[in-house]
Amino acid sequence: MIPTQFDYLAPTTVEEALSALATHGDDAKILAGGQSLLPVLRMRLNAPEMVIDLGRIESLRGIRDDGDAIVIGAMTPHSVVGKDPLVKEHALLIHKAVEHLADEQIRHRGTFGGALAHADPAGDLGAPALALDASFVIAGPGGTRTVPAAEFFVDLFETAIGEDELLTEVRVPKHTGWGAHYEKFVRVAHQWPIVAVAATVKGSAGSLEDVKIGLTNMGSTPLRAKATEDALRGGGDLATAAQLADQDTNPPSDLNGEASYRRHLAKVLTRRAVTAASGG
Amino acid sequence: MTRINLTVDGAKVADDVEPRMLLVQYLREKLGKTGTVVGCDTSNCGACTVHLDGTSVKSCNVLAVQADGSEVTTIEGLAATYDGGDLHPMQEAFRECHGLQCGYCTPGMIMQSVAFLKENPKPTEEEIRVGIEGNLCRCTGYHNIVRAVQLASGQGDHQSAGASTVGVPAEEATS
Ligand SMILES: Cc1cc2nc3c(=O)[nH]c(=O)nc-3n(C[C@H](O)[C@H](O)[C@H](O)COP(=O)(O)OP(=O)(O)OC[C@H]3O[C@@H](n4cnc5c(N)ncnc54)[C@H](O)[C@@H]3O)c2cc1C
Ligand code: FES
Ligand code: FES
Repeated sequence: MIPTQFDYLAPTTVEEALSALATHGDDAKILAGGQSLLPVLRMRLNAPEMVIDLGRIESLRGIRDDGDAIVIGAMTPHSVVGKDPLVKEHALLIHKAVEHLADEQIRHRGTFGGALAHADPAGDLGAPALALDASFVIAGPGGTRTVPAAEFFVDLFETAIGEDELLTEVRVPKHTGWGAHYEKFVRVAHQWPIVAVAATVKGSAGSLEDVKIGLTNMGSTPLRAKATEDALRGGGDLATAAQLADQDTNPPSDLNGEASYRRHLAKVLTRRAVTAASGG
Repeated sequence: MTRINLTVDGAKVADDVEPRMLLVQYLREKLGKTGTVVGCDTSNCGACTVHLDGTSVKSCNVLAVQADGSEVTTIEGLAATYDGGDLHPMQEAFRECHGLQCGYCTPGMIMQSVAFLKENPKPTEEEIRVGIEGNLCRCTGYHNIVRAVQLASGQGDHQSAGASTVGVPAEEATS
C-alpha cells in the first residue's frame, strides 16, 4: 500500500524546520530516516498533510566529544553510531544495543534521534539511553531546552517533544571503561525484543563499583531496574538481586507473551546482561 | 509534485513525482526497472533492496523525494559496476552455488550481499547469516545463499555448495 497524498518540505536548517512546524502545526509530521514513519503512513495509520524531512539538515548529523559527554546528532544513522569509536569508548552500551537493532538496511536509514523520538516501548535505544542518564536537546520556537531521559519518555509512543519542537541531539555522559551488554530476547531475526535488558557496569565481577540497568518492553516506557541496581550497589549477590528486576514494572501481554512471562524474562535476562557486562 | 534528479544505474534521470511515491515504485513504474521487486508490505522481506549512495536500503521504505540528488544502483545495473564480465561476481556465485529456487528474493539478496561484503570482506558463516537477516527467502533454507556469499568473498568453493552438502555445518562443508 502507498501513503495518502501529502505535501513535502526538505529544509536545510533547524530554523527553517521549526518555522515549517510552526506554520503547519499538527497537520505536519517530521520525517527522519522514515524506517518507522513510512510503514505507518503506508498502512495509513497516520495521514499528515505535510511531511517535513530533516534529511537535508547537515548540522543534525554526526557525533562529537564534548568534555564529560558525547553528543549524538538526532539524524545520525544507526549504522554510523554502531561504528563510531567515541560511542564505543564512552557509551559501550549504545554500541552494543545498536548492533542488534533491526537489520543492516534499516540501520543504514534509521536514525538515533528518530528511534528515540518514536518511543516504541519495544525500541532498542530507550533503555540504554535511560541507563546511561542521557539528556535530550529539544529545539522549539522559544529556543532550546534539555530534558533528562527520566522525563523524556512519557508514555507509549509519546515523549516530551512538543508539536512545535524537534529533537536535535542527545547528550550521553561518558561511561568510559564501563563494561556493557544488551541482552535482547527475540522470537525471530531482526525483530523488536519481547524483553531486553541493557546493563552497564563499572568494575568487574566480584568488585562491582556501580551498575545501571535499563529494561525494554517492560512497560509503556523504558524503565530502570532500580531495586536490582540498589541491591547490587549494596553488595548483594547477582542471582538474588536479579530476582528484583521486575519490581515496579508493568509489562504488556500480547501475542509474544503474557505479562508474567515477561516478568520471568526480565529476571533471567538481567542476570545474563549483568554477568556479560561485568566480563563474566 | 516535486522535482527530483538522480542517477540510476549510471544514467541521469529527472522527474516530477508525488512526494508520497516510494523509491521502489519510482524505479519500477516510472523507470521500468522491474528487476527490483516488492515482496511484503511491512519492510521485512528485503526483496526491494537497492544501493542508495553506496549502501543498501529497502527501497519500499524510502520516498523517491528522499533520493533526490543521490545515486541508486539496482540489480539491473549491478554488473556494470564491475568491469569483469556480464555478471557481477555475486551474481556468478549465486548461479554457481544454486543460491536460489523461485528467484523472488534473489535481487534483494544479491544487492544486500554485495553491500555487506563491502563492509565485511571476509565474513564468517555466522556473520553472513546476520548480515543478510533483513532478507527473507521462502525457498532455499538459506544454505546455498550463504555458500554463494562465501564463494563471492573468496572463501569456500562451489563444489562444497552443492545439494549433497545441505545440512552439513560450514566447517565440514568448506574443508
Ligand atoms: C523491519 C524493521 C525492523 C525494525 N527493527 C527494530 C528493532 O529491532 N529495534 C528497534 O529499536 N527499532 C527497529 N526498527 C525501527 C527503527 O529503529 C527505526 O529506525 C526507528 O524506530 C525510527 O527512526 P527513523 O529515523 O527511521 O525515524 P522516522 O521513522 O522518520 O520517525 C519516527 C517518528 O519519530 C518522529 N521524529 C523523528 N525524528 C524526530 C526529531 N528529530 N524530532 C522530533 N520528532 C522526530 C517522526 O515524526 C515519527 O513520528 C525496525 C524497523 C523496521 C522497518
Ligand atoms: S518489499 Fe521492501 S522489504 Fe519487503
Ligand atoms: S528463492 Fe524463492 S524466495 Fe528465495
